[in-house]
Amino acid sequence: MTFVKLSASALAIAAVSASAAAARDNVQIAGSSTVLPYASIVAEAFGENFEYPTPVVESGGSSAGLKRFCEGVGENTIDIANASRAIREGEIETCAENGVTDIIEVRIGYDGIVFASQIDGPAFNAFEPADWYRAMAAEMPMDGEMVENPNDTWADVNADLPDVEIAAYIPGTKHGTREVFEEKVLLQGCEDTGAMAAMEEMGMDEDAIEDACMAVRADGKAVDIDGDYTETLARIDANPEGIGVFGLAFYENNTDKLKVATMGGVEPTVDTIASGEYPVSRPLFFYIKKAHIGVIPGLKDYAQFFVSDEIAGPYGPLAQYGLVSDPELGATQEKVANEVTMGESM
Amino acid sequence: MTDATAPAPAAPAAGGKRRSLLEVDERTRRRNAAEARFRLYGIVAISVGLLFLLLLLGSILFNGLSAFQQTFVQVPVYLDPERLDPEGNRDPEEMRGVTTFGYKPLLNEAVYEKVQSLGIETPLPEPAMAPLLSDGAATTVRSFVLENPDRLGETVEFDLLASSRVDGYFKGRVTRDSIARDRFIDAAHLDLADAMNEAGTMGKQFNLSFITGTDASDNRPEQAGMGVSMIGSFFMMLVVLILALPIGVAASIYLEEFAPQNRITDFIEVNISNLAAVPSIVFGILGLAVFIQFMHLPQSAPLVGGLVLTLMTLPTIIISTRASLKAVPPSIRDAALGVGASKMQSVFHHVLPLAMPGILTGTIIGLAQALGETAPLLLIGMVGFIASNYPDGVAAGFLDPNSAMPAQIYEWAKRADPAFYERAWGGIIVLLAFLMTMNIIAIILRRRFERRW
Repeated sequence: MTFVKLSASALAIAAVSASAAAARDNVQIAGSSTVLPYASIVAEAFGENFEYPTPVVESGGSSAGLKRFCEGVGENTIDIANASRAIREGEIETCAENGVTDIIEVRIGYDGIVFASQIDGPAFNAFEPADWYRAMAAEMPMDGEMVENPNDTWADVNADLPDVEIAAYIPGTKHGTREVFEEKVLLQGCEDTGAMAAMEEMGMDEDAIEDACMAVRADGKAVDIDGDYTETLARIDANPEGIGVFGLAFYENNTDKLKVATMGGVEPTVDTIASGEYPVSRPLFFYIKKAHIGVIPGLKDYAQFFVSDEIAGPYGPLAQYGLVSDPELGATQEKVANEVTMGESM
Repeated sequence: MTDATAPAPAAPAAGGKRRSLLEVDERTRRRNAAEARFRLYGIVAISVGLLFLLLLLGSILFNGLSAFQQTFVQVPVYLDPERLDPEGNRDPEEMRGVTTFGYKPLLNEAVYEKVQSLGIETPLPEPAMAPLLSDGAATTVRSFVLENPDRLGETVEFDLLASSRVDGYFKGRVTRDSIARDRFIDAAHLDLADAMNEAGTMGKQFNLSFITGTDASDNRPEQAGMGVSMIGSFFMMLVVLILALPIGVAASIYLEEFAPQNRITDFIEVNISNLAAVPSIVFGILGLAVFIQFMHLPQSAPLVGGLVLTLMTLPTIIISTRASLKAVPPSIRDAALGVGASKMQSVFHHVLPLAMPGILTGTIIGLAQALGETAPLLLIGMVGFIASNYPDGVAAGFLDPNSAMPAQIYEWAKRADPAFYERAWGGIIVLLAFLMTMNIIAIILRRRFERRW
């Protein structure tokens, strides 16, 4: 019978292919969508310049990448996790439980987080972290009590800002960018406005204060964007008064559509971020499984190529794309060359 | 009281006139008007539909056709042996030591010389030629040199990709206004591009590598192509065809011809219809749980994608196969059984061949549906994947990580550089071309072989 034969051969093919799934000769990488463009630029150049096949790069977010990274050691797990934040204690523990004990942490550079509005919209030229806290907070202390955020327009927050309704498009909680936004902007603003001190006086404990500082209002004035920056751009396109949170590289590719806002009086550029003048930036990382070095061909070469001056240096293609190169790149290069794992000192 | 005693209709009396077939009375006019209105509604509905179709096709073609053309620069490059082969042994292994970064200054020089020889005046110095060329240009020259080490020292004419900003300028996407604050390119570069275009060394050409090439990284959109994801889609469709067709047809033949009519088969039938309506993302979650986490099949592999899509396509194939089996008149079966054929012989020798066109049509339409599906692939790692390697063999085609055409389009649509946006539209054109071809084949099969009783 034709069908019997057909299905039998189909099963046979499936069986054969499943057993052939072993032996991998390419580096597999997953993780942060912020690091994805950089990783793919490096992977492409690596494939062109070395004998190894081009590494496989996937995105999915820092947390998802680190989760897969910590699943265990072996050819069917990934070799490198890209992350737009440092690995957490809990993740290191999970890793250790699954046998991933030796992890090499590589900092590739810094990423600036910029606030931008539509090119035809009003100019936001006076942002301070305090303004963002006042605009975004769900509740703030007032006369010894927590009250709902009373601010409706940016002018309510700071008289120097345009008198338009607050409409902010901020990264959703699954993004690493959100964490930076909370720590460097909201928490900072909370402290600057004196809200933190007021809450302490009210007798709140430290954790509660931190939570209250980072809680974002849910009345529609702050919108969580779970997708990519293109989605934020589309929202800004539709709302001339909206303001969105972007990566520096994304903004630099869309200067014809976006107007960047200053923070603390400083305009975000590669230079101001590298010098630390512009306050909202964060380091980008990738994590290597040491156990895979020597097993997966090209893994160490890839890591070394990534942090080489040619690539991650101030004149390399990554800097050209928007990465702020790390002034301590030399130390990182040494660390990768000597395979120094986390917890080990040089 | 019966109806017979009810008063006769008063119509003739009220009008005082007798009805004539030749004269149109009020009621007929109203009925005719209602019909005319209904026809009008129908025409309006169809024209609205057509209008949207035209808008859709128009915008796709308008935005996407430019992806099939790409700006190239013709430059003679002097392959300097001192820099490209410092050892002087013409040994490709040694020459690999010079990376693409070593080739870049060479290209800048070549473009600068070409500009000078054409007599174009430009305020830009030699290193500032870089923004005109794609990052991939150095790779083109390097792979040529590694393949032809004996041509070092010659001046070879290359067709190099222009950068995405320059390409966008010739396509109207980039203007002098829009680059005012762009740090990658200046107006002087655009002036130079204009002059080179006039001199005939720079211009748009048909770009085959958009269809056959690999995906590229974020800073060289001009080089990105669909080829690898197309192969990924092809292997997925192969898996779907190999698995879904025999399983689906066997299931429908059994259910339609052999299975007893009882509660169990009723239950199965209802569930097949329900499965056909299940959102495709659900199959993705199932695929992640069963094929990847439980069976440990490789992530992002077309084999897994194909398995997931098989689950999604099966109900479609079963339903259409059962419909075409039902359409074969019982007299055929009776006649076969009557001359002494067994039940199985009657099915496989008589009913199935007659139902074949319908089955194939259903299968092709199911495949076309699966080809355009993105949601389930999201969960098994085929979306957000940079498709940069061609699989090197059949087994690798099934197992090596790959993307699929709709996933590639989605991936391009979310990248930062607007040049990728054009490619996303171009990708839609390619995908639509495939879907239309498949549907046309289905229609031809139906027209050519279907029999009506």
